[in-house]
Amino acid sequence: MHHSKKHAFEPKIVAFVCTWCTYAGADLAGTSRLQYPANVRVLKFPCTGRIDPVFILRAFQKGADGVLVSGCHPGDCHYMAGNLHARRRFAAFRTLIEFVGVDLDRLEFSWVSAAEGGKWVEVVTELTNRILTMGPLEEFKALEAEECWSGKLDTPELQEAYNNI
Amino acid sequence: MSRIGVFICHCGENISRTVDVERVAAAARKLPGVAFAIDYKYMCSDPGQGLVKKVVVEQRLDGVVVAACSPRMHEKTFRNAVKSAGLNPFLCEMANIREHCSWVHEDREEATAKALDIVRLMVERVKKNKALQPITVPITKRSLVIGGGIAGIQAALDIADCGHQVVLVEREPSIGGHMAQLSETFPTLDCSQCIMTPKMVDVANHPNIRLYTYAEVESVDGYIGNFSITIRKKARSVIEEKCTGCGICSTKCPQKKIKSEFDCNLGSRPAIYVPFPQAVPNTPVIDRANCTWFKSGKCGVCAKVCGPGAIDYNQEDELVVEPVGAIVVATGFDLYDIGPKPADSPIDGYGEFGYGTIPDVIDGMTFERLASASGPTGGKIIRPSDGKEPKQVVFIQCVGSRAREKGISYCSKICCMYTAKHTMLYHHKVHDGQAYVFFMDARTPGKNYDEFWRRAVEEEEAVYIRGMVSRLYQKGDKVVVMGSDVLVGVQVEIEADLVVLATAVQARSGADTLAQKLGISYDKYTFYSEAHAKLKPVECATAGIYLAGACQGPKDIPDAVSQASAAAAKVMTLFARDQLEREPIVARVNERTCVACFYCKKVCPYGAVEEKEIRDRQGNLIRVVAYVNPGVCGGCGTCQATCPSKSVELDGYTDEQVMAMIDAL
Repeated sequence: MHHSKKHAFEPKIVAFVCTWCTYAGADLAGTSRLQYPANVRVLKFPCTGRIDPVFILRAFQKGADGVLVSGCHPGDCHYMAGNLHARRRFAAFRTLIEFVGVDLDRLEFSWVSAAEGGKWVEVVTELTNRILTMGPLEEFKALEAEECWSGKLDTPELQEAYNNI
Repeated sequence: MSRIGVFICHCGENISRTVDVERVAAAARKLPGVAFAIDYKYMCSDPGQGLVKKVVVEQRLDGVVVAACSPRMHEKTFRNAVKSAGLNPFLCEMANIREHCSWVHEDREEATAKALDIVRLMVERVKKNKALQPITVPITKRSLVIGGGIAGIQAALDIADCGHQVVLVEREPSIGGHMAQLSETFPTLDCSQCIMTPKMVDVANHPNIRLYTYAEVESVDGYIGNFSITIRKKARSVIEEKCTGCGICSTKCPQKKIKSEFDCNLGSRPAIYVPFPQAVPNTPVIDRANCTWFKSGKCGVCAKVCGPGAIDYNQEDELVVEPVGAIVVATGFDLYDIGPKPADSPIDGYGEFGYGTIPDVIDGMTFERLASASGPTGGKIIRPSDGKEPKQVVFIQCVGSRAREKGISYCSKICCMYTAKHTMLYHHKVHDGQAYVFFMDARTPGKNYDEFWRRAVEEEEAVYIRGMVSRLYQKGDKVVVMGSDVLVGVQVEIEADLVVLATAVQARSGADTLAQKLGISYDKYTFYSEAHAKLKPVECATAGIYLAGACQGPKDIPDAVSQASAAAAKVMTLFARDQLEREPIVARVNERTCVACFYCKKVCPYGAVEEKEIRDRQGNLIRVVAYVNPGVCGGCGTCQATCPSKSVELDGYTDEQVMAMIDAL
C-alpha cells in the first residue's frame, strides 16, 4: 500500500503511457481520489506505438530507477494496432535491455484501460515497492556522471529552486 | 532564451489543499526560460483566462504551461485562450497537477515536489514545441453507398434529397435486397413490396442518384473527403441505354429451367432475366453460366427478338472511377446455410435438421417466398416435395444462433418476430392447419412487438413449445420432429408436413474482402465494427466511412432504416463544410534521410504512407521516399518509433520534445 515518505531512497519511476487508455485511467484514479506513491512521473504519448525503446534507455540513463510502459489492452487501441506493434517491439527490446545490464524487474509493461483507475494504482504501487526493495540503479548513474551531460538539472537556478521547496 | 509563462491553478482547494501552489509558482519563476509564473484560484474561470491572455500579450510569451487539471479536461480551453491572445495554440501545454498529483497524494511535501517536477517537465517540453497549423482538407461532396437493400436505399435517398450526389452500387442485377423478397413485415403485416418498391423507383428516378447494379467495388483509394472508388460493372450482355425493358427476350429464351435465386430455388427463370417483376432497373442480365449461346455458341434467340438490338454477347466487364467524399457501407446479411458445410467455413453445425436432404425442411426466407403473393406459388402455401398443403407445420427457432458450441454465440434478433409472423401468415392461409414453434426464449423488444407475438399465441393459435429439437427424420411423407418441452417436462414428437428453420443471420459472404478494400475492421463473425459501441454506432474507426443496416450486426427493418438515416446524417454533417479541419498531430517524413525501407508503410494502420517518386527536371527518377498523407494520418506515431533512420517525426510528439522531458527528470 501507500508507503510513507520516510525512506532513505526515493525511487524515481517514469511512466510512458498512451493518452487514450492509461493516461485516462490515471485521470480516473485521480477523480476517484485513490492514493498511490508520489514517485511516478507520467509522460504522455498518443499511442504506445509511438514509444521508441530509446526513450526507455534514456530514462534509465537520466536517473530513472524503474520504467513503466502502459497502453490500451490488445484490441482496444484507438489507432487500431499501435499497442500490438509496441508489444512486439518491447518483446525484442527486453533482451537488449537485459544485455545492457538493467535488471528486467525494473521495467514493467502493462495494459491499463481508461476504466481501470484501480489497476493503475496497483501497477504503480507494485512497481514502486519493488524498486524500493531493489534499491537505486547505480550502474547507469555512474555512467551518466562520467559523461559530459547536456541536461540542465545542475544549474544554479534549479538548485536554488529546489532548495526553496 | 524562451519566454514561458507558467499559470498555476488552485482549482478552489482541489489542488491547493495538497500542493503548495505559491511555492510551486515561486520555484517555477526561477526555472530557466520562464519569464513569468503566477498562481490563481480558478484559472479556467473568465478572469483566470483573462489573466492568461493579458500576460501572454504583456510579457510577449512564446510558450504557456497551465498547471491545473488534466489536458483531457481543459487543454482546449487554454489553447483557445492563448490563440485569442495571438499565440499559436500548440505552444500551450497543460501540467496535470490535479488528477495526477493533488488528488492522489496526501503528503503536502511530496505532492508539492511532484507538482514542481511536472511543471518543469512541461516547461522543457514547451521550449521544443513548434507552432502548428490546423490541417485543412477539401471535401468532395458526393457519397458512395455500397448495397442497395433497404438500408442502402434509405441512406442514398436521404443524402440525395439533401442535394448531394450519391453513387449507389449493388452487386445483384436489381436493388431491393432481402426486403424485396419478404412477403409481409412485422409487426404491422403490411406487404413488403408495397412499401419497398416505391422507394426503389424513387432511387431510379432521383436526379442525384447514379445507380450501378450488377456491379461491385473493385478498389478504394484516398481518405475522408477524397476517396476514389473503382467500380467493376459486370458484363450484363445487355446494353442498358438501348434496352426498353419490354421483356420479350425473357419470354422467348428457350432455357427456362434455371432455379430462381430470388425465389429461393422454388421457381425457375430463363437465362436472360430480371430477378423479379418489380426489379429496378428493369434491365435483364444474361446468366452466362446457364446460357446456351455462351455454353455452345448456338441459340442467339434473344438477340434475334430484341427490337432495339440491346443484346451484346461480347460485352466485357467495365471499370468506372467515381470520386466521392464519404462512404456508407450497407451490404446486409446472408442467412446461415445449414446445408453441407463449405470447406472454408469456420462455423460448425452444418447438416443439422436435414436441411438440404429432406425436401420439406426449408428456411425462413423460403417460407417468405411461399407466402408471398408475387412468389412462385402465388401465395399458396404448399410443400416443396409434393405440392400438398401442409396441415402441421413446425417452426424451429435459434437454428445456428445462440449456439456457442457451434460457432455462433449471438442472437440473430429478427427470428423470434418473423417466426411469429410466419405462424400468422400460415394460419391466415391454411385455416385448419396447426403451427408449432420450438423456441428457447421469445425475444420481443421493440415497439408493438410483444403485442404482436402475443397475438400469434393467443389469437392465431400457434403452439409454442419451449425447448430445442433433438432429432428430425423423414418417415413416409412426414417429417418427424422430436424435442423436449422443458416447461412441462415431457418429450414431444410431432409428425409435421413442413418444417421451417429460423436460421441465423450472418454477415454477407465476402464481407471481409470488402473490409480490406475499405480499410475498416470487423469482428470474428465478419460483422463490421463501429467506432464506439454506444457513442459512435454508425461511424467506422476509419474516418469518412459509415455503417448502415445488418452488415454491422443482425437488424430488423426499422433498425436498419434508422441506422441508414443516421449514417446519412453523418455524411451530411461532413458535407456541411467545404473544408475539413483537423488537429495537426500528423507524421512528416524527412525526405533527405529516408532510406525507402517502408517499414513505416507496413506498420501504418491507416494506409497513410505512400511511395513518393523524386524526379529531376528531365523527369528521370532519382529515388523513392516515403510520404505521409496528412489527410489520412491518424497521428499514432508508430511509424516514428519504427523508422530505423529516424526520418519520420510526429508533430506535437517529436523526439526532441520527448527527450527534453526525459532529460529534465
